[in-house]
Amino acid sequence: MTQAAPQFATLPFATLADRARTVCAAATSRTTDNGQPFLLVPAADLPALAQFLRDDAALRFDALMDLTGFDLLKYPKAETPNAIAVLYLLFSYRHRHRLQLRVLAPRELCTVPTVSAIWPAALYFEREVFDLLGVTFTGHPSLQRIMNPTDWEGHPLRKDYVYPDAYHGVAHLREGQHFETNPPRAGDPPPPAAAPKPPGGHA
Amino acid sequence: MTVEATTPSGERMTLNMGPQHPATHGVLRIVVESDGEIVASCTPDHGYLHRSIEKIGECVEWPMVVPYTDRVDYVCAMNANLAYCVAVEKLLNTDPAAAVQVPLRAECIRVLVAELNRISSHMVAVGAMAMDTGAVTPFLHGIAQRELVNDIFEKLCGQRLTYNYVTVGGVAFDLYPDAAAEIARFLDQFEIEMRRFNKLITANAIFRDRCAGVAAVSAAEAIAWGLVGPNLRASGVDYDVRRDDPYGIYERLQVRVPVGQGFAGRRGKVGDCYDRFVVRLLEVQESVRLCRAALAMLPPPADGKPADPVGGFQADVKKLLLRPPKGEVHCRTESARGEMGYYLVSDGTKVPYRVRVRTGSFSAAGIFHHVMRGIFLADVVAVIGSFDVVVPEIDR
Repeated sequence: MTQAAPQFATLPFATLADRARTVCAAATSRTTDNGQPFLLVPAADLPALAQFLRDDAALRFDALMDLTGFDLLKYPKAETPNAIAVLYLLFSYRHRHRLQLRVLAPRELCTVPTVSAIWPAALYFEREVFDLLGVTFTGHPSLQRIMNPTDWEGHPLRKDYVYPDAYHGVAHLREGQHFETNPPRAGDPPPPAAAPKPPGGHA
Repeated sequence: MTVEATTPSGERMTLNMGPQHPATHGVLRIVVESDGEIVASCTPDHGYLHRSIEKIGECVEWPMVVPYTDRVDYVCAMNANLAYCVAVEKLLNTDPAAAVQVPLRAECIRVLVAELNRISSHMVAVGAMAMDTGAVTPFLHGIAQRELVNDIFEKLCGQRLTYNYVTVGGVAFDLYPDAAAEIARFLDQFEIEMRRFNKLITANAIFRDRCAGVAAVSAAEAIAWGLVGPNLRASGVDYDVRRDDPYGIYERLQVRVPVGQGFAGRRGKVGDCYDRFVVRLLEVQESVRLCRAALAMLPPPADGKPADPVGGFQADVKKLLLRPPKGEVHCRTESARGEMGYYLVSDGTKVPYRVRVRTGSFSAAGIFHHVMRGIFLADVVAVIGSFDVVVPEIDR
């Protein structure tokens, strides 16, 4: 058992970003709405940058803490609402610093190169992001759905996801019911009219 | 007992394990292609327990996500609650106007319940691993200890499995009157029981040799494949979120971190099944110490004032959660199965925009096909048990 962690050569975000830009000049430092910094990277530059971040002696990002994403479609005042943000949360066990990379993948042609050759942990994470958000990771050895069945339609965490009515003939709702967020269909009953206001305020 | 000693015949046979199998700890299906007794390849098949918890998180209000986090990891639900609540508090704290101060008494109670739950979860894990390798008795001893913890939790919050106890800003209820004495009594008897348990199975030469050197994961492999928690530490990586990226009052408690060092002796390797087993038992001892430290630190209750910064148990966050700051936050905590990292995206409304949870079992399942290549068929269940995979955590 060890008592306390030894000291580490932890670098601040600005230094990490500058060092990353020596390989990928197009990477830009951004912050989220509450001031969390991240590095926005063009998809094409990602593999080379990831390789550098892992192997550079001063950076040594040996771990991919998390790989996830979210749909920007309904995010208020998003610069690029027509994109899926793919997030790479990197961590260095050697130096104990962390860095977030972000790739914006357009919703229609949603492809990002894989990083699974650099961090094998990405093999599973990328399958999950593919399944739930519909991002295709080019070069992934077995990009299949991981949570939903292989014949599932759509990607549930996309903000315009339409819930299916049935799966292999098993209905998801009782007759006459309707998913609130789904667009209305031809045979649907009209939405219930708002109850008339009782005269004179509270009864 | 080395793989090299046997001669592969080249003839392949496909075996299906699961999805309903007593040794897979949940609904996990593994397709194993074997060459005689040796695993040639192994393909886990996930999704049988997928309940779309991340999607539900986008449809309900911030505090309403907490009961769903119970279902992410029902063996260690207190830590699963805590992980989400700490993440939401971190999100609120990014805006000074919405900063939330968790009362000291609530922080102590959180450490108590988290560590008690870690004890019960690890006892199930080591007991189940022993059972998977053929020793049934230790499992019953482990379950008996878990029942005692569940009794305490039942008195505390009315539930034995999915607690919904930790809330954003504190905990749902204060400790019941003689809870501290009862927890102290449990810890005392647990230490005696641990000595018996170690004599029964940990020091058992048959069990030790059965697990020695099986499916060893090197430190570099463990990091690259994203292993976390006890599985990572068993491979010799000295890292614990409670000590190195502390949350709550863990910084003041000085967590000591056990790491794997080839405990099985001559035949053992760092990061083998036996190391993963022993590291959990060492962590349990540390949890006992942390519980005692939290009990010693526990301030007296401030009766009638739940939001009191010292003796209260629940800060007032109702209004803050209706309009949390817009933005994103990543927060990790140490659950029984390792780092549980929440990535929360808020669009400033009372409903989360995105709730992402990264769990320890997911990455542990990701390394299965890598470590299982070349091991004996009979070791497959021992390996699943040693990684302590809880299937709902993989599928969510």
